[in-house]
This record gives sequence, structure tokens and C-alpha cells, in this order.
Amino acid sequence: MSTDKQVITLNINGESIELLLDGGETLLETVREQLGMTGSKRGCNQGVCGACTMLVDGEPVRGCLALSSACSDRSITTIEGIADGLNLSPIQEAMVEHGGLQCGFCTSGMVLTLSAFLAENPKPTREQVRHALSGNLCRCTGYTKIVHAAMHVAEAYSA
Amino acid sequence: MSMPNTAVGHDVPRIDGREKATGAAAFIDDMSLPGMLYGAMVFSDYAHARILSYDTSEALKLPGVKAVITGDDFDAVLGGVFLKDEPPIAMGKVRYLGEPVAAVAATDLKTARLAAQLINIEYEALPNVLSVDEALDPKSTLIHEDLSDYFRLKPSSFEGNILWKASISEGDVDQVWSDCDVIVEGEFQTQAQHHLYMEPCGALAKPEQNGGITIWSSCQSVFIVQQKVADYLQMPMAKVRSLVPHVGGGFGGKGGLHIQTLVAKLAMTCSRPVKMTLTRTEDFEIVRSRHPIRIRMKTGAKNDGTLIAREIDMVLDGGAYADESPAVLNWAVFVARGPYNIPNVRSNGQLVYTNKLRAGPYRGFGNPQVTLAGETQIDEIAQKLDMDGFKLRQLNAVKTNDAWIGGQNIDACGFDACMTGMLEATAGAEAEAAAASTSNKRRGIGYSALTHMCGIQSTSAEVHLRADGSVALVTGVVDIGQGSNTILSQIVADSLAIPVERVSFAAPDTDSSPYNWKTAASRTTYMSGRSVLGAAVNVREQLFTHAGEMLECAEHDLELREGGFVGVKGVADAQLSFAQIAGRAMACVGGPIAGTDTLVFDGPTLDPKRAIVDGFAFTNVGIYTFGMQAVEVEVDTDTGEVKVLRVWSAHDVGRAINPAMVDGQVHGGVVQGLGLALTEEMVWGENGNLINPTLMDYKIPGILDVPDFIQSIIIEAAEPTGPYGAKGMAENSLVGIPAAVSNAIANACGVRLRSLPFTSERVLRALDAAGK
Ligand code: FES
Ligand code: FES
Repeated sequence: MSTDKQVITLNINGESIELLLDGGETLLETVREQLGMTGSKRGCNQGVCGACTMLVDGEPVRGCLALSSACSDRSITTIEGIADGLNLSPIQEAMVEHGGLQCGFCTSGMVLTLSAFLAENPKPTREQVRHALSGNLCRCTGYTKIVHAAMHVAEAYSA
Repeated sequence: MSMPNTAVGHDVPRIDGREKATGAAAFIDDMSLPGMLYGAMVFSDYAHARILSYDTSEALKLPGVKAVITGDDFDAVLGGVFLKDEPPIAMGKVRYLGEPVAAVAATDLKTARLAAQLINIEYEALPNVLSVDEALDPKSTLIHEDLSDYFRLKPSSFEGNILWKASISEGDVDQVWSDCDVIVEGEFQTQAQHHLYMEPCGALAKPEQNGGITIWSSCQSVFIVQQKVADYLQMPMAKVRSLVPHVGGGFGGKGGLHIQTLVAKLAMTCSRPVKMTLTRTEDFEIVRSRHPIRIRMKTGAKNDGTLIAREIDMVLDGGAYADESPAVLNWAVFVARGPYNIPNVRSNGQLVYTNKLRAGPYRGFGNPQVTLAGETQIDEIAQKLDMDGFKLRQLNAVKTNDAWIGGQNIDACGFDACMTGMLEATAGAEAEAAAASTSNKRRGIGYSALTHMCGIQSTSAEVHLRADGSVALVTGVVDIGQGSNTILSQIVADSLAIPVERVSFAAPDTDSSPYNWKTAASRTTYMSGRSVLGAAVNVREQLFTHAGEMLECAEHDLELREGGFVGVKGVADAQLSFAQIAGRAMACVGGPIAGTDTLVFDGPTLDPKRAIVDGFAFTNVGIYTFGMQAVEVEVDTDTGEVKVLRVWSAHDVGRAINPAMVDGQVHGGVVQGLGLALTEEMVWGENGNLINPTLMDYKIPGILDVPDFIQSIIIEAAEPTGPYGAKGMAENSLVGIPAAVSNAIANACGVRLRSLPFTSERVLRALDAAGK
């Protein structure tokens, strides 16, 4: 791992932040350890569980695999950037209302994956939602109610 | 008095949902303190070895390293629940590969990990005991040489590497085999499953100026952490304060200690806060797993389907330390009869040490394993008798006021209702499966009945009335994700007729919470629910006493009114708000209103006249619960792949306090059960090394591995002692799944699998062997 430090400007949740970072530092390390934004979770640090999912230019990426240095001119969204103050986003609201979360450890990743997916697919089928979530593990819910939550949002959009 | 959307029986969204949905909820690794150091550990390279020496000098020289601890830094205290056999860190010996041997605290994580690599430990290798057969061999090397000197909570027999034996028998099984018209016999083998809570274990400790320590950790009980850490560090519990942030799942895996003692010791050694969070691989290697069990079972019936005999012999692989294994053994032995009135039963169990990770409590507590054997044999008997499996189950099912093995009365039994509910829900499913089968894609439906329990141990709760009529609920209950904060708040809100929003839920803290044993054994709704209800009712009584004096009327003329009022029956405008009553109590009469309640599960114990019992770790377990599950599979006979298409899960929950959350527990447990049935298995190599300690190599179900169709069927046979009639249910939805999958595979393609998990390879081999 490189120990060379470099100055990088990251655009996170609409805010530009200048940071001195190790070249090998991951986005997950940067947001959690440098910026104290702990909403993105570390479930495996190996790119499998999806708890660290963030959006880079609107696309879900694994924060534990993405290098911060590669994200300097891109727009990054973490779970902290999804709600508007106390107003939850529709998918956050639906996850709470429809039991899409239990322990909540996978939830940030689920919310980000679904936010990106629903933005591109406002009227999905259940099967499409399930495929969109194929890279996010949850040990508590059995997934069913996460899909319910997404479908409720989709129905609200199309209503 | 109905309370839409807040009261018991309604789908109240969880009260901590918003903080979880926004990422604001802090879990252990999200916490930090000023001046905090980071911890790392050194893990044993051997499965079984004597520790000859530690060389920590290079590590200590590394800039930024503040403390190194090894077994030499601890008092020789052994911990454990039923058998005290486990030191706080390896001492003198290592007993599994990966066992923590030393720990480091440094200013940053990289330095701590580097320092850990610089610690040199010299070992003298000892022969490994890795399999149950090796462990049972009287000639094998002893893993615990001092077994006979260890403190034992209850008497039991032991010898060699067998640390505990337990048995129960009723009737005379040896005499009746000749009376049986049909007998089935088989051997089953289950695997080690990892709990795989998504949040790896971690702890943060802060030394206090009074010589004490404050510990936050991912755990299922702040009180268990306090008690065990205090014991290991030989400190009074008054100096050990234990707290818990949000917990990212537990399932039993966080029910005992993991690294709390080491983190506390590091913090005290360098007088700075220290945090340590396990990596996913470390969590696999050093916490605990579900027990692999080898089960030999024999069941006999009459031609009319009456079950008359069952004999069970099982060996549990407990790994290197006892942990809670004696209790798991006890429960597995006890529940192996199943929910049937079988008059002649003998159930024997042995628990052995091996040089592998300790096994411990895991959702179902030994029950999914024995249910696999039991419910396979029910289907096999039905097949031999050419009888419908449902009919056989119904014929032999326990009913309300029947006695359990050992004599305990079953006060409320919804088993038959679960079976009826299941029959309705799956009507036509078998025909659909048969119709959809092709020559190489065989569909089938399998069923499993199940029984479990909820209860045990003690708990207490406080409800405080605040000045504006809000109430503060204080319990020591840890919500590990299942939703107890919400359920318990609903109970208080309902019993005081206030909205859930007017109830605050206090985070567990050993300095200020009343005692609760732990979040385990499906006991929180039943046990803590009872005590929370008791405390709320206590508040209600005090409100009425005040109101009677203030309104100058008899208490029996008063009623509770929605929104937090006490009024005179039949007089609409004669009422007082909780705030008015609280004001009087706080300023003038009586003092602040607070209700408390405390209880221990003290149901009947086993009847020695009825059953011969030996080596049981506990003798009264709680309230019995029942269920019926069904699974539809499609077996690809070319590849052996088993795809689960539909699952139905009927559970008698007594009363669903929050039906949506009951469904959530059912769905989650079913999917964990499918992991156990089909893909999950911890595999150790010949040196005792865990071969697959990553999420890449240890496969838990992802969304595409499980069906979208999981139907939860809620049956409510009110339990007389339960809060609003409720019983526990969170483990139950996992218990019958491996058996139902096994029966579904047999139904689909006629082969019987007896070793978990049912991988494609095993299915294919079974198909080949059967010439199918
Ligand atoms: S933490 Fe990044 S995928 Fe698991
Ligand atoms: S809610 Fe616990 S892991 Fe998904």
C-alpha cells in the first residue's frame, strides 16, 4: 500500500472537501475515518456485502473497493446525503414504514442501491428490484420487505 | 378503548427506523472518543499447542504502540456459564487455530496491526483433535487436562474429551420396539454455521479515574458483559459499566463475550480509550458457531400411525471451549422427541471438545439439527405406512394440557391450528408442483412441524411518569435488530392508552437499567413484555389513586381515556390529564410516579417420577411454542441444484403484538434456515485452519438465492401468562427449514439426504446412488 500522500478534492453530498490522503485509501476509509461520516458501513471490507455502497456520479459503487484518489472529479453521494434534513427520501420512508430494515446495518447500502435503481427504473417489476439488490446482503429481513418497500415507492411514483 | 396504529396488535413502524434509514444510528465501529487508540490481536498459528514464550520487545519499540498484553498480564481466571474452562486470552496453551494470544493498542490501526505481526510467540505443537470420532477416542490427547477440576454449575458425567453428558428417558423404550409395526432408523450430520450478523463484533473501552472501566460493545446483554469482564479482570461490578450502541444483528453469536475483556485490559494498561473491531475474517475465526451434531435416531409406530417409541443418540461438537454448549446439548436432548405424544423415549447426548472454534448458542439452540432428524423420520414412517404426513402428525400431536416429556404442562398449544392453517395455505400446492415438474426439473413440497420454547431467567422494568404525561421506559433489554424497543414501547403505550410517541425508550446501561438477563431464547416479548406490562400497570394504579383523590370518587368509577387521561365513567368532562396528575405527584402528594416490576421464570420443573433425567443444565425452560413449515423446491436432476420456490411458515405466537414485525422475524428466520439447509458450512482443514473465513467462500443467501414468496401464517393461541397472551417466536422460523427442505427434496425426486448442507454435489451423489 502506498504511503504517498496527495491532496485530493472530493465532492461529497454536494460539498467540496479538500483532503490530504494516502494514495491507497478507499472511499469507505475516507468518509468514515477522515470525515467522520459513519453511515456507510463496513460489513466485510472485501466487496461482497454491499453495506458500504455509495453513489459515484449516480452509480452504486463499493466504498471498500473504490479508491478515493480515483474519485476526485466525481460526485459522491453517501447515505448522509439522501435525506433532506428531517425529511426522509421516499425509499427511506418506505424502508421504515414497510419493515425493510431490522438491525439496520445493511440499510445504508440498500437505500443507496435502491435510490440509484429507482431513479433509472421508476416502474420496475419485483423481479427487477430483486436483481438490483443482488449485490447487497441482509441477514435479518429475508429481503422480502425490502422489495415491498421499493415497490411501494415505485407505485407512489406511478400513481 | 382502541388506539389505532399505536396499540398492541398494530403494525407500528419500528421506533428507531428513521435513524437506521438515514445512517445516523451509531454501531460500535461508528463510535470514537478523544485520545482513542486502536487495538489489534495476535492469533494462534496452531490448533493445539503449548505456549513456551512471548517476545513483545520489537512490537513495543514501534513508535505509536502504547500497550501489549498477553496471557501473562491476566489473573488465571477461568470463565464460562455451566463449566468454567475458558481463560480471558490463551494462557499456557492454545486450543484452536486463531485463538487470541496477544493484543496491542496503538495510535492508529495500521501501527497496531504491524505491531501484532512483530510479536513472536514460541509454541510446542500438540496433537490436534479435530473430529468427533477422535474426540470420543479415549486415547486421544486431552484438550483440557484439568477438566475434572473445573467449576461445574450442575453435576454431569464427563470423561476424556467428553465434557458433558445429558439424557432424559420416559417410559421403557427397550421393551416396545417389538411392539412396533414400523421402525425407521438413520444417522444425520449437521454442520457448523456462522451467525453472520452483518455487523462484525467490536468493543470500545474507556478507563475511568476511579479505577473503573466503561465498555461499549456489540452485544446481546450489557449485564452479561459487565459480569464476565468484572470476573476476568477481578474487579467489582460497580467499577465495570457496560453499554451498547445499535447492534447489527446477533442471532446468539453476541450472547457471550467476544473481545470485550481484551479491549478493557488494553485500555486500563495504557490509561486511554481503546477500540477494536474485528475484520470479517477475524469474526469468522474467533467468535462462535452453530454446533455440528451427529444424530442417530430411531422411531417406531403402530400400523394405525401411533408413534410409540423414539431413541436418540447425539454427539455435539463443542469446539475448544464449553461456552453455552451444555445448555444447547440439554435443549437438543430435551426437544428431540418433537411435538408428539410418544410414550417411550430415550434421548442421550454427549458434548465433546475439539481443537476448533467454540460452538455456542445460535437461533434455534440445537433444535434445527434434531428437528431435521425427527421430521425426516415422521415423513419416512408416513411413507412406509402409506399414510398422509399431515395425518400422522395430527394423530400424534401434543395438545393443550398435554404433558411435555418430563411432565411440564402445555398451557396453550396452537400446534393443531398451525397445521390447519398450513393445510389451507398450501392447498393445491402439491398438485401444482407435480404438474410443473419435468423429467429433469423435479418439483416437490416438504413439511416440517416444530416446537420450541421461550422464557428462562429473569428480568425487570421501570416506567416513569414525566411532568407532561410522557413516560420513560427503562429496561435492560438490548434490541439487536429484532425490534424489542418497539414491541415493549407498544405494550406500555397500549396499557396507558397513550401514543407510542409519548414513550421514551432508555438505552441499556448497567449503571442505570434494571437487570435483564439477555436477548436470547426468544424471551424478550414474553419475559420483558410481562415485566414492562407489570410496571405500566403499576403506574396506572398510581394514576387512579391520585385521580380518585383529585376527583373525589372511587377508583372503580374511573377509566383510562385515550391520549393520556383518567376520567369518571359516564361523565365525559370529568377527567384529568396525566400531566395534571404528574404535577400533583411531583409537587404536592406522594412523589414522582414510577412503576416497577421484576420476575423470574419459575414454571414447573421436570418431574423425577415421570422421567429419568441426567446432566441437565436447566430444569425449567419456559413456555412451549409450535409451528408448521412448508417448502417447495425444484431439483435439477442434471446438476443437483436445489432451488427454493415457495415457503410457508405458520407459527403460534400467542398474540402478535406487532404482526408486521412477526412477519419480519418469520421471513428472516426462514432465509437463515435456507442458508443452513443449502449453502452455509464452515470448513476446517487438516491443521485445524478455517478454510473459508470470508463472505466470498462462505455463502449466505443473497436475494436471488431465496424465493420472493415467503408466506407467514400467524396463529394466536393466547398464552395465559404472556403479555396480552404473547409468546416468543423469533427462533422458530428457522427451526423446521432444513427438515422441510429435506422432505421437499425427497418429495421431488425420491432421494433422502441426511447431511447438511444439501449442496448440489450431495444431491447429485444421492441421485446417482439411487440410480435416478
Ligand atoms: S464492506 Fe464493502 S462490500 Fe462489504
Ligand atoms: S437489517 Fe440487519 S442485515 Fe439487513
